[in-house]
Amino acid sequence: MTNNILDFEKPLLELSAKIKELQSFMDEKGLDLSEELMKLKERAAKLQREIYASLNTLQIIQIARHPNRPTAKDYINYIFDEFIELHGDRKFSDDKALIGGIGLIDNQPFTFLGHQKGKTTKENLSRNFGMAHPEGYRKALRLMKEAEKFNRPVLSLINTPGAYPGIGAEERGQAEAIARNLMEMSALRVPIIVVVTGEGGSGGALGIGLGDRIMMLEYSYYSVSTPEACAAILWKDSEKAGEAAEALKITAKALRELGIIDRIIKEPAGGAHQNPQEAAMFLKEAVLEEYRALSKLSPEELVNRRYMKYRQLGVYSEDINNATAGEILKEEVE
Amino acid sequence: MFKDLFGKPKYVTVRTRSKQEKEDNSPDSRLWTKCNGCKQIIFNKKLVENLLVCPECNYHFRLSARDRLAITIDEDSFQEFGQDIYSADPLEFPNYKEKLAKARVKTGLNEAIITGEATINGYPVVIGVMDFNFMGGSMGSVVGEKVTLAIERSIETRKPLILITTAGGARMQEGMISLMQMAKTSAAVKKLDEAGILYISIMTDPTSGGVTASFASLADIIIAEKGALIAFAGPRVIQQTINTSLPEGFQRAEFLLEHGMIDMVLSRHEIKDTLTSILKIHQVGVSNYD
Repeated sequence: MTNNILDFEKPLLELSAKIKELQSFMDEKGLDLSEELMKLKERAAKLQREIYASLNTLQIIQIARHPNRPTAKDYINYIFDEFIELHGDRKFSDDKALIGGIGLIDNQPFTFLGHQKGKTTKENLSRNFGMAHPEGYRKALRLMKEAEKFNRPVLSLINTPGAYPGIGAEERGQAEAIARNLMEMSALRVPIIVVVTGEGGSGGALGIGLGDRIMMLEYSYYSVSTPEACAAILWKDSEKAGEAAEALKITAKALRELGIIDRIIKEPAGGAHQNPQEAAMFLKEAVLEEYRALSKLSPEELVNRRYMKYRQLGVYSEDINNATAGEILKEEVE
Repeated sequence: MFKDLFGKPKYVTVRTRSKQEKEDNSPDSRLWTKCNGCKQIIFNKKLVENLLVCPECNYHFRLSARDRLAITIDEDSFQEFGQDIYSADPLEFPNYKEKLAKARVKTGLNEAIITGEATINGYPVVIGVMDFNFMGGSMGSVVGEKVTLAIERSIETRKPLILITTAGGARMQEGMISLMQMAKTSAAVKKLDEAGILYISIMTDPTSGGVTASFASLADIIIAEKGALIAFAGPRVIQQTINTSLPEGFQRAEFLLEHGMIDMVLSRHEIKDTLTSILKIHQVGVSNYD
């Protein structure tokens, strides 16, 4: 635990150490210092609010990548009353970085999909750090088709740095697997609810991320490229990751404003890793609420609305005078 | 490196533009080109006659969208649509406006793809051609919208769709809006599929990232041009991740054919004839059915 402390959490931890100290001093000496204790606790709560209200994007990424951040399996344990994991793509293998199964949430069946990271190095090696191969995406598609057959809604939790960039992944068609999922998910006749719980790494995230309702946890991020890679490509300087992170607009708040996502799910004070159970309850509440609304739609309505949701995504101009750099181009033409 | 050699006369100015060639920019470099494949000196006249394929080693130089169009469709058959859609700058991303302006001047195109209706040896098609010189052929809102418009035009006219791709991936300067173009275009391909319209994808050097992982990989028939790099993650990223050397010919068109990811690898000279055959077989099928 101690080596997983983020820099900006430090003042907070110092304060809570003081609170503990005071508490044990009180107990030891039998003194009543509860007023001082209250004051310290209030100060700690205020400090936490202040720190978390002014996080920059790189700090939010740190929370999203926190080793103790709840994983797909944690959420399964907290929100499903019953759950059976299902394995394999029936073509090549079973991908441990992208898990799936069926279960009940408040007596409603769901097909579940989610990237699975580990918390220890050993776990992470077996889970490939949550970076799926084509097999993972093909397993996901198999389970979604099954969901459609049995009229079960799909819950998809995203938490991946990206699809795995490796030789085997390319040989077996990483691009095709992701593309196929996008194509099929666009017309799946059951509700698809997507939540980015940690890292939303580009195509690897989107590969199980096309849906009717797209939500993000408060301190997750979703990006076309990691800020480090973006800075390296655009400015040949990975040190500019902070600048790139802000420019890419990848936080839940920024993406809600851009209309890319539908809803932000609140996290417990200090982030989901401080209280995984409470984080899971917030997530469950949001998922069930969205499901109830979607369940009222016929499959046709559902698929049409989903298509229109994506059809209208994009920002462009049909008038060269309003277009970016139109002025410069016009001069050039003249 | 070359710009619009097969189009209208005003484009026939051979210009060498790659960095490598700028370095040895002797007065003769407007007459000849050093082949990237065999390093031999080839006269530009010969190179142009041979569709920018090295006559010595068969190395395929990259083509601009207009040149690609010129060697693929029937002369004067192109009716462009979607040309009046321009990129906005939704994220106000540093230097994006300037980069767009430069790309427009450099390529004479409004965006990284041109779309229209045309005929190929008399067979009517809807066609889209990407251009790598326009910001690395990256897909942002405009490319996503134009691909979607082309698909919709195909559904509407029931003409087969041909998309010729070359792309570095999603356009970073439009952030998540670019990533979502993968979803948008793939959803549109699903509509095309349901409508029963033939879709042929031709992947040229290089086609990677978000374009490979969306509409380019979803065609009924996938053709790759000889030697083209076709990837999800680029070779450099993979090498950095796995820290060993990559196999010979990794991610080249021939490698994808071997692994069952594409239908065929064609040299540039074969593409138009093969397209014609496919369109012919397809049309016979369609009229028999009707």
